[in-house]
Amino acid sequence: MARLGSAQAPLEACVPSSASAVPSTTVVSRHSALVRVTHWIITLCFFALLVTGVEILISHPRFYWGETGTVLTTPLFQLPIPSSRALVPTGYGYVLPDQNGWSRALHFQAAWVVVLTALLYGIFGLFTGHFRRNLLPGKADLSWRALSTTIAGHMRFKRPSEEEAWSYNVLQRLAYLFVIFVLFPFVIWTGLAMSPAFVSAFPATVTLLGGRQSARTLHFFVSLALVLFLVVHVVMICLAGFWSRTRAMITGRTRTHMEQT
Amino acid sequence: MTDLSRRKLILTGLAATAGASGLGVAAHIAEKYGLIPPDHGGIYGPGETLTYAAQRLLTRHSLAREFSRSQISKRPLANEMPPLTEAFKRLQAAGFADWRLSVDGMVDRPTSFSLDQLKSYPSRSQITEVICEEGWSYIAEWIGVPLSHVLNLVGVHSQARYVAYFSIDPDWWESMDMADAMHPQTFLTYGMNGNELPVGNGGPLRMRLPRQLGYKSLKFITHLMVTDSMKKFGKGLGSAEPEAGYAWYAGI
Repeated sequence: MARLGSAQAPLEACVPSSASAVPSTTVVSRHSALVRVTHWIITLCFFALLVTGVEILISHPRFYWGETGTVLTTPLFQLPIPSSRALVPTGYGYVLPDQNGWSRALHFQAAWVVVLTALLYGIFGLFTGHFRRNLLPGKADLSWRALSTTIAGHMRFKRPSEEEAWSYNVLQRLAYLFVIFVLFPFVIWTGLAMSPAFVSAFPATVTLLGGRQSARTLHFFVSLALVLFLVVHVVMICLAGFWSRTRAMITGRTRTHMEQT
Repeated sequence: MTDLSRRKLILTGLAATAGASGLGVAAHIAEKYGLIPPDHGGIYGPGETLTYAAQRLLTRHSLAREFSRSQISKRPLANEMPPLTEAFKRLQAAGFADWRLSVDGMVDRPTSFSLDQLKSYPSRSQITEVICEEGWSYIAEWIGVPLSHVLNLVGVHSQARYVAYFSIDPDWWESMDMADAMHPQTFLTYGMNGNELPVGNGGPLRMRLPRQLGYKSLKFITHLMVTDSMKKFGKGLGSAEPEAGYAWYAGI
């Protein structure tokens, strides 16, 4: 375990001082084993949750606000898609095949795996300083000047600088922190708020959200936000160099030219 | 083989054995405390088992949320359902006067109850939500007799673990564990919103388990069977729903 956590430690040693600005290619440790393993388990679960979530959603593609909602009440909005149940008036002349059985089973099983994996990651991140060192932005990076420079760079689709091969920039750090500490807990919360047994023991889980149907609607929007993150994440990886970034998340190592300081 | 790799091999072997026997012990304890659902097999078995075990540890005695009268849905949805059976239509034509609920299995006094008999017991009401696995939900007042009252009348054997319940339509049958069977909000329901329970909502007799999804609240109940194992029922998965891929335990 101790070795897992210290994977980042030799980094500083790899960064040469300006005195030795000789161009050379070095292989540096990028991601610790635990980060890599949990990253891919969560990736796999995310796709399972996304596909099965869509399958469950199409059995009732209407959304409501408050406690209750049926085809007899006015929805907040309805997705313009066909449904897998004849009960829902969609305007389409056909009903999609119903996949709810296995979709629900896989949805909850993947949820269990993702929650347990995330717990492991969270404990690891706190105790090894992973969050503090790799994700918490430095004070200097949070100034308007520094932030606007980074944002402007992104707006011009500028390729990331060399140093970003072994460290996250401030926008990445903020995005990852937001996903890990806001979107992820919220998607679990809104999911649990839809469990009739869970809310019987912990009613505040659902009443704080404004009711069961509000929880369902929020679950949908948080999932959309997570999908948006995934899209941006993959686009950024392609922009930065798909294979080098993906290799770093698989093998843990990345190649870097050390001529700059 | 070097000493180091041999030591590694032995340690790995020991760890694997410890892990496997640990899992074995955990499974044994879980079985003893009733934390393993009938549909624990198959690729989704681990998820179903984790969910059921966690809920039984966390929520065995918790009460489903009840709502105020003003929150009752104006139009309770009568969900679409398969066509009514001939047997049902005959009883319906006679105003359900001959509707019977038979209770047997691991009980001291197997009994057949008429609707009037069930209505003569102390009636209870609850304002709870029907939650469909599709996503919709509505709130209604449900009037009936707690299942525990009927079970106490017939005398349930101490080794009983499940109550299987059957609709007049032989395709529909369900079961629940004793924690849910004795739960104060589990009703044999014959009334709704101050009136008779409409056929569209499961009348004349519907099981209500407000802590689980709607499909556990089976309509048109005619038969209860108390048992210590669900293995001999259907494919042995606990109810008809798991045979179509749905969870036996639907509290999620």
